[in-house]
Amino acid sequence: MTRHLAGRIGQALLASFGVLTIVFFVMRLSGDPTLLLVPEGASAEQIAQLRHQLGFDRPVPVQFLAYLGDLVRLDFGESLVQRAPVLGILAERIPYTVALASGALLVAWGVGLPAGIAMAVWRDRWIARLLQAVVLAGQSLPTFWSGILLILLFGVTLRWLPTSGVDGPLSLVLPSLALGAVTMSSFARMTRSAVLDELGRDYVNAARARGLSRSSAVARHVLRNAAIPVVTIAALEIGNLLAGAVIVETVFAWPGIGQLAIQSIQSRDFLVVQAVVLFVSLVYVACNLLADLAYAAIDPRIRMRA
Amino acid sequence: MKSVPIAIWVVLSVLALFVLAAVLAPELAPFDPLRQSLLLRLKPPGTVLGGRSFLLGTDDLGRDLLSRVLFGARVSLLVAAVAVVLSLVVGTALGLAAGWFRGWTAVVIMRSVDTMLSIPAILLAVLTVAVLGPGFLNLVVVLGLTRWPRYTRVAYGQTLQVAALPYIRAAEMAGCSSFRLLWRHVLPNIAGPLLVVATAEFGLMILFEAGLSFLGLGIQPPAPSWGAIMSAGRAYVERAWWLTVFPGACLFAVVLCVNMAGDWLRDRIDPRSVSR
Repeated sequence: MTRHLAGRIGQALLASFGVLTIVFFVMRLSGDPTLLLVPEGASAEQIAQLRHQLGFDRPVPVQFLAYLGDLVRLDFGESLVQRAPVLGILAERIPYTVALASGALLVAWGVGLPAGIAMAVWRDRWIARLLQAVVLAGQSLPTFWSGILLILLFGVTLRWLPTSGVDGPLSLVLPSLALGAVTMSSFARMTRSAVLDELGRDYVNAARARGLSRSSAVARHVLRNAAIPVVTIAALEIGNLLAGAVIVETVFAWPGIGQLAIQSIQSRDFLVVQAVVLFVSLVYVACNLLADLAYAAIDPRIRMRA
Repeated sequence: MKSVPIAIWVVLSVLALFVLAAVLAPELAPFDPLRQSLLLRLKPPGTVLGGRSFLLGTDDLGRDLLSRVLFGARVSLLVAAVAVVLSLVVGTALGLAAGWFRGWTAVVIMRSVDTMLSIPAILLAVLTVAVLGPGFLNLVVVLGLTRWPRYTRVAYGQTLQVAALPYIRAAEMAGCSSFRLLWRHVLPNIAGPLLVVATAEFGLMILFEAGLSFLGLGIQPPAPSWGAIMSAGRAYVERAWWLTVFPGACLFAVVLCVNMAGDWLRDRIDPRSVSR
């Protein structure tokens, strides 16, 4: 177990290092990162001064080490546009994105899991076919289109729900639905195949032979075993939800980190953009790690093997 | 081909129609997609004015929406197709190299794959396009170079399997060069699973292009792409629903068809993965 744990943590650290490296070089793709940060119309002198001030005139390996050192101390630099530490700007927006992602996760779980179970248990009935069509559609929905359709239906036509900004908890409903639809589909698919896998096993027949009804065999044995892959997927989807928030937050003017990233690109506040990408990617890596650890905690076979 | 289900024929026909519409956009479009007219701003679908009919209505600059959606199909499908080919070539080449040479080559390549998969692709694309600036070429290159890891994973696993087969050993002993072996003997045998990945990726690429253009980071106005049209139309959601509903419906229809075709293809090519 300890070896498994250490190995997985090592992998996660390596992936985090890789993420930091990729972002560092992407920021330098245009040649001179100073040009990304100066206000438009700055003179050559001002640019040179800023380059020196930010240390971009040093050799690249030195810059890279300084960048790693800053990040380890959670120093994301200072926004030249807002004249404030980037960490503070980011921290202000994170609760909104967390709220949105939780809402979406709730939608995805609340609908996706029962739908997936229903699709597996009643696999030859019409209800399974219907659900499968819904899942397939959910998977192909562009979130910015479903978001706008929700705004048109519930905001413009019916006038039931607020469509933009933050105005009480009801504001969270539409963005959560739009963001959760895609995740709901992947939960439903995953749950379906996990339950189907388990339904075919001998222990199900054994339980039925002992006189358990089909539904109690499913409830008492199948669902527990099927939960293993489903838990993993759930953790992986959290990262995807955060990434998807970029678009959904823009559609609904929701003041989370996704909207922050897009606004910061428009105001050429690239240190903030960099911080959002780093933050989401590191959360993503952490979720992958948690998924693996949860997997090992639930399923002793994985612990023993490692 | 009698084993192809009717639903798949329908799906393929719809896709063919969209491709045809994209190719023939200049012949089919009733108007110039860029021609503005202040007198024709935000006319609803079905408007007939002075003997000219605007089937899908007009946008905030008085441009004909049908013409813009037709030309938009061109942009959206072309960006996705080029980006898929680019990522397929890059990803497959790396996967073949990793599976063939193994050792350190494989360690380095497969660790890079893990890292690339740790960054949500849409965010990496947003950051890269923001640094490089928007536009057709940058968009294609960024999408192509952020989405190669899945091909590499599949190509790597498949190459490992195929490389262990006796006929490869035989060809090697006959003096066949590594490149020729990979090209003539390994690649054709692993093409199926790669095609499955490419199909799924094509649907995703269309969504990515539309998403980036919607955020203002992809195709720039006045050029029409479905995402860009919706981005401009979002400001008029309450007054002109057609500007976002029609291009979005096209997007949804194409991606749905691509995904259905992809699922079917996967079940055909890889019977093990059939989701009963």
